[in-house]
Amino acid sequence: MTMQRLSGWGRTAWTVADVIATTDENQIRSTLSSVGDRGVIARGLGRSYGAAAQNAGGTVLEMTSEHDPLGVDAVLDPISGILDVAASVSLDSILRMCVPRGWFVPVTPGTRFVTVGGAIASDVHGKNHHIDGSFGEHVRSMTVMLSSGEIVELSPGSQPAWFWATVGGMGLTGIVLRASLQMLRIESSKVRVETERLGNFDAVCEAMSGDGEDDSYRYSVCWVDLLATGSSMGRGVLTRGDHATAAEAEGDEPLAYDPRLKVSAPGWVPNGLLNKFSIKAFNEAWYRKAPSQRHIGIESIPAFFHPLDGVNKWNRLYGTQGFIQYQFIVPLDRTDVLRKVIETFSAAGVASFLAVLKRMGPQNLAPMSFPTEGWTLTLDMAAGIKGLAELLASVDAMVLDAGGRHYLAKDSHVSPSAVRRGYPRLDEWMTTQEAMDPRGVWRSDLSRRLGLVDPRRNP
Amino acid sequence: MKNGVGVAQNIVLFGGTSEIGQSILRRIVKPGVSRLVLVSRDIDAASRVSQDLVDRHPELDVHHVRYEASDAASMEHVVAEVADSIGDIDIAVVAQGLLNENVDYYASPSALIDVVNVNMTGEMVLLYALASRMRTQGYGKIVVLSSVAGERVRRGNPVYGATKAGVDGFALALDHELAGSGASVLVVRPGFVTTKMTTGMKKAPFSTNPEVVAQIVEKGISSDKKIVWAPAPLHWMFLILKNLPIAIWRRLPI
Repeated sequence: MTMQRLSGWGRTAWTVADVIATTDENQIRSTLSSVGDRGVIARGLGRSYGAAAQNAGGTVLEMTSEHDPLGVDAVLDPISGILDVAASVSLDSILRMCVPRGWFVPVTPGTRFVTVGGAIASDVHGKNHHIDGSFGEHVRSMTVMLSSGEIVELSPGSQPAWFWATVGGMGLTGIVLRASLQMLRIESSKVRVETERLGNFDAVCEAMSGDGEDDSYRYSVCWVDLLATGSSMGRGVLTRGDHATAAEAEGDEPLAYDPRLKVSAPGWVPNGLLNKFSIKAFNEAWYRKAPSQRHIGIESIPAFFHPLDGVNKWNRLYGTQGFIQYQFIVPLDRTDVLRKVIETFSAAGVASFLAVLKRMGPQNLAPMSFPTEGWTLTLDMAAGIKGLAELLASVDAMVLDAGGRHYLAKDSHVSPSAVRRGYPRLDEWMTTQEAMDPRGVWRSDLSRRLGLVDPRRNP
Repeated sequence: MKNGVGVAQNIVLFGGTSEIGQSILRRIVKPGVSRLVLVSRDIDAASRVSQDLVDRHPELDVHHVRYEASDAASMEHVVAEVADSIGDIDIAVVAQGLLNENVDYYASPSALIDVVNVNMTGEMVLLYALASRMRTQGYGKIVVLSSVAGERVRRGNPVYGATKAGVDGFALALDHELAGSGASVLVVRPGFVTTKMTTGMKKAPFSTNPEVVAQIVEKGISSDKKIVWAPAPLHWMFLILKNLPIAIWRRLPI
C-alpha cells in the first residue's frame, strides 16, 4: 500500500488513495480482482483540473509511461498516418516521435502533457474543434480492460454504445490500454498564425461567428480580457491559423521539433500573487503586445498550441489554496449569457489570468462528451476567493438556464443536478456504464460528488 | 465529497441543538451542500433550531438521528447510522457538551459522572468512530468544540475544565495519528461564549458569541489549521495564563 495525497491540476480538494503505478495488464487485473468497496480509477498525468483522477480511500492506478526504458510504445503507419499507441503515452511523446515524420496529433488540448487514455476519457478538444471535432472522433479503435478483467476491442463500427460511452466517460467504463488514432499530415512543424486585436466583446463574437471567416481557419481561439470595463469590456486577441506549408516554414528542416521546457514556477508562491491588480497589469500588457492591425506570423507548435507548457508546474502560481478552472458552453445564439457571465465575474472582482473563448462545432455521438455547437468560455480563478461558492452557483444557473453545460475534465464544484441538467443523455450513459461495470468498480472523487455511479452498487 | 471551493457535500452535527453548532452550520452550509444530519437527543428541538437554515436551503436533504451523548457504547452504531443515511462524511462538527455550572459536587460527587460521560468518554468513542470512518474514506474533517477552560483548569468548575482538557489533548493526538490518511481534526478553543449554556454566568474577558466562533471555524476548516481560538487574542492570553506560577494564578479574580 502506497498511500498518497492526490489532487487535480487545480490543487484543490486533496484526498488520499492507495496509488499503484503500473501499466502491466496482469497487475491491473489482480488489483481489480482484490478491489475494496472504494473502487478504482486510472490516472494519467493528472492534468484534469478537478477530482476526475483521484479516488479517496480507494485505489488509483497511475498509468504513465514517460520513463519507459523501452521508449515510446507506439507504431506509426507512415502511409495511412494511423498511430497504434499505448494509452499511457503522452501527447508530448507522440509529438516528439511523429512531428519529425510529418504527422501531427488530430486534436491537442492546451497542454501536451496528457496521456492518450486521459484524452479519450475527457474527450478533449482543441483550437480546431469547429473543423475537426474532439479527440474521440479520431480514435479508430481502442483496447479496453473492463472491471471484470476482460479485455475488449471497441470501435465506432463494432461496439458503438460502449465505444462512445468510454469517449468522455471520465474513466468510469474501463481502462483504455491501447488506442489507434488517425494522425494529421503536416508539411512543417510551424504554424501560420494570424493575430488581431478586437476592441470589445461584440467584435470578438462577430469575428468568431460561423458567418464570418472563422471556418476557413483550422485553428481559432480568442484570449479575452475579463477585467476590461466600459466600452472595451470583453476585448480580446484573436489568433487563427493552420499548419504552415514547407515553403511558408522556410529553412532546411521544416519538420524539426524542439519543445523544451523554458522555466519552472518556483516551489513556493505567496497566496494572492495572482490578484486583480497583477492580472489587470498583465492583461493590459498582453493586449497591447498584440498588433493593432491583423498580423501574419510563423510560430512553433509549442508556442501556438501549448504556451503554458513552457512554464513547468505553472499551476503553483496560485499558491497553496489552488485554483478553479471554470469552463462552460452555451448555444451559439446565447452570446448574451457570455456577456452576463463576464459582467458577473467582473463585478465580483474575480480576476482570471486566462480567459479563452472559442466557437465549437457540432456535438459527436458520445453522451458525456462536453463540446456541442456553441460558445465555450474558459477562465481560471484562485480557489480561496471569498464567496466563490455562491458566485459560481449563480453563474452555473445562468449557464444551465441557457441550455449550456460544464466541462467535467475542468470541473471541481458543480452539483449533481447541474450535470443532470447539462447532459440530457446522462441516464443513457449510466445504463451503458452499468452494463460495462456491473459491480461498480470504477469510482473517482468526481463520480462520487456528481453521483455518476450509483453508490449503492458495491464492488 | 468536498469540492474545489471548500464546500462539503455531506455535513453532520453531533449535539444538534447546540447554538455554536448551529451557528457553524449557518456558515458552512452553502450552495453545493447536499446532505445534513443533525444528531441530537431531542429531534423536535433540533428541527426547531435548524428551521431557518433549512428554509434558506430548500435543496438540502436533512436527516435526523437520535442519540444519547452520554451513552459511549452506542457511538459506533450512531456513526454507522449516519453513514448509512448519507454515505461519506465530509465534515463532522462535534458540539455535544455539558457544563453543569451550578452543581455542588461536594454534596453530590456522582453528578460529575454524566459530565465526564458526555464531554469525554462518549466524545472520545465518537471521535474514534468518526476517525475510523474518515480514514477509510481517505478524507474528512472533524471539528471538535473544546474550550479555553481546558487550557488551565480552574476552580469553580474543575469537572468541566478537566473534561475539556482531556478531550482537547485527545483530539490533537488523534489528528496526529491521522496524519497522512487524508482525515484531520480541527480543535476549536472558544472563550466565554454567550449562549443558553452560559445564561446567568458572569462574563469573562474576551467573551464572544456563537457567530464569531462560527466565522473562525469556517476559516479554520479551509486553512488546514489544527487549533483555532475564538476570539484569536485568547491564544496569547492563555500562553501567559498557562505559564503563571501557581501562587499568582490562584490570586487572579477568575
